[in-house]
Amino acid sequence: MIKNFTLGQYFNTASVIHKLDSRFKLVEIIALIVFIFLAPNFVGIGILSAAVLLVILLSKVPVTMYLRNLKPIIAIIILTALLNIFYVSGGTVLFSWWIFTVTSEGLLKAAFMATRIVLMILISSVLTYTTTPTELTDAIESLLSPLRFIGLGEAVHTLAMMMTIALRFIPTLTDETDKIMSAQKARGADMENGGIFKRLKALMPILIPLLFSSVRRANELAEAMDCRCYTGGKGRTRMKKLSPTFYDFIAIIFTVVICASIIFLRIF
Amino acid sequence: MQSSFIEVKNVTYKYDEDVENQVAINNVSLSIEKGSFTVILGHNGSGKSTLAKLLNGMLKPDKGRIVIDGLDTSKTENEYEIRKRLGLVFQNPDNQIICTIVEEDVAFGPENLGIEPKEIRKRVDEALSLVGMSDFAKAAPHQLSGGQKQRVALAGILAMEPECIVLDEPTAMLDPIGRKEVINAITRLNKEKNITVILITHFMEEAENADRVIIMNKGEIVADSEPLKVFSMSDVLKSSGLSLPQTTELLTLLKNGGLNVNSGIISPKGTADEIFSVISGR
Repeated sequence: MIKNFTLGQYFNTASVIHKLDSRFKLVEIIALIVFIFLAPNFVGIGILSAAVLLVILLSKVPVTMYLRNLKPIIAIIILTALLNIFYVSGGTVLFSWWIFTVTSEGLLKAAFMATRIVLMILISSVLTYTTTPTELTDAIESLLSPLRFIGLGEAVHTLAMMMTIALRFIPTLTDETDKIMSAQKARGADMENGGIFKRLKALMPILIPLLFSSVRRANELAEAMDCRCYTGGKGRTRMKKLSPTFYDFIAIIFTVVICASIIFLRIF
Repeated sequence: MQSSFIEVKNVTYKYDEDVENQVAINNVSLSIEKGSFTVILGHNGSGKSTLAKLLNGMLKPDKGRIVIDGLDTSKTENEYEIRKRLGLVFQNPDNQIICTIVEEDVAFGPENLGIEPKEIRKRVDEALSLVGMSDFAKAAPHQLSGGQKQRVALAGILAMEPECIVLDEPTAMLDPIGRKEVINAITRLNKEKNITVILITHFMEEAENADRVIIMNKGEIVADSEPLKVFSMSDVLKSSGLSLPQTTELLTLLKNGGLNVNSGIISPKGTADEIFSVISGR
């Protein structure tokens, strides 16, 4: 099972969405998520649904891939919907039995909330499907870079470097965990049976060697970084400069228009 | 007097955890010329990896001096300049690759040096093509084989354009195919780019293309000469815990049996030619 673990969900179709500058894309998607929760009524949600649908189609990632991401949260969506159906009162009573009363208002509210959650998942999937983890790290480093004015420049660089190294070593350590598990199983370790405490205890012979080897790896990696003249973020250049294109210009306008229309709906 | 690129003079080094009277490097002196290809052979614990770390200033000699291109390694302020000139490639390729994409990892060194983005791009493309990894520029390191990863690590050092590359057992964790790929890439760098190469290894076959072979045992240099001469010193090799390549072993046996062959040959083809010429010459 551990082998199927994939890093990120990047799905390259080289669409316009993939080509967007990751810094702007991140901000735009966060803005859309915020406005999904600010949308006051069905008109607003309708506008946002149309926007999300358009972005999904532009990304050229198969729609089934997006639906797959919805599967794990179906339970949450249903639960939210049910709570709304039974708790919201008002409107005409459609159905009543024992303590349960379903009103038209409740149904509408349930649909509203469910759509919100679905939209939020879909739009965040757009980000993960169209942006590599490296691009995301770069975007975060770049977006946080104004912090250097309050003396946190090195901290931002360190954070980004840590994220890069973590991403780099996830597959390596997953492989290693696999090997250690096989080695312990070959020595008769039983990891599948017994209660929760027994199974937690069985994890120790895996975690300890993994921890030791990670520390050793970290040491060697630090030496290798030293050898390549790494001295922190200061004086460092980057091969790839993030640079906005014409598409980014359109994407910004698109996002601003959507957000403005939600604000308009809230005020009037 | 024109001095060599690397000057090691009477260097002794001892690890803290070493017991008394036991040193990792004992009074070693050697000089290495620009553009040469030197192989340092030694058994585990012979001090060869310690020597590599001493060369780029990661370790400072307890006694003696090491000077790289006029820079003394014992001075901390020289470290950066020394590492720009002398790149070090380690044994485990997995623990030297820092970024999630091959070309970005190769760019890591030049980025640290503060080089212009356009120039970095040029260097990265060139380094990847020199080690034959251009097709994998966009790949993730964990999708590559060991030999491919080690070639990426080599490209990462290469993109910093050092004058000298020291490789500390770069093939120890690789399969035979991976070993061949890496050794071919190293040889090409030395011949085509005139980069000074110091290859530390315990595989004698890898010394075939070297200009010079140094054998270390217990922290000391026990032999230092051209490959053919060193390979015929079977006693020194055996006492240093090195096993002869099968070809050399075969020639030694033939020689001991009375056949007049040169036992210092290492390639299978050279061996065949030697035997053939001796037999047909009769």
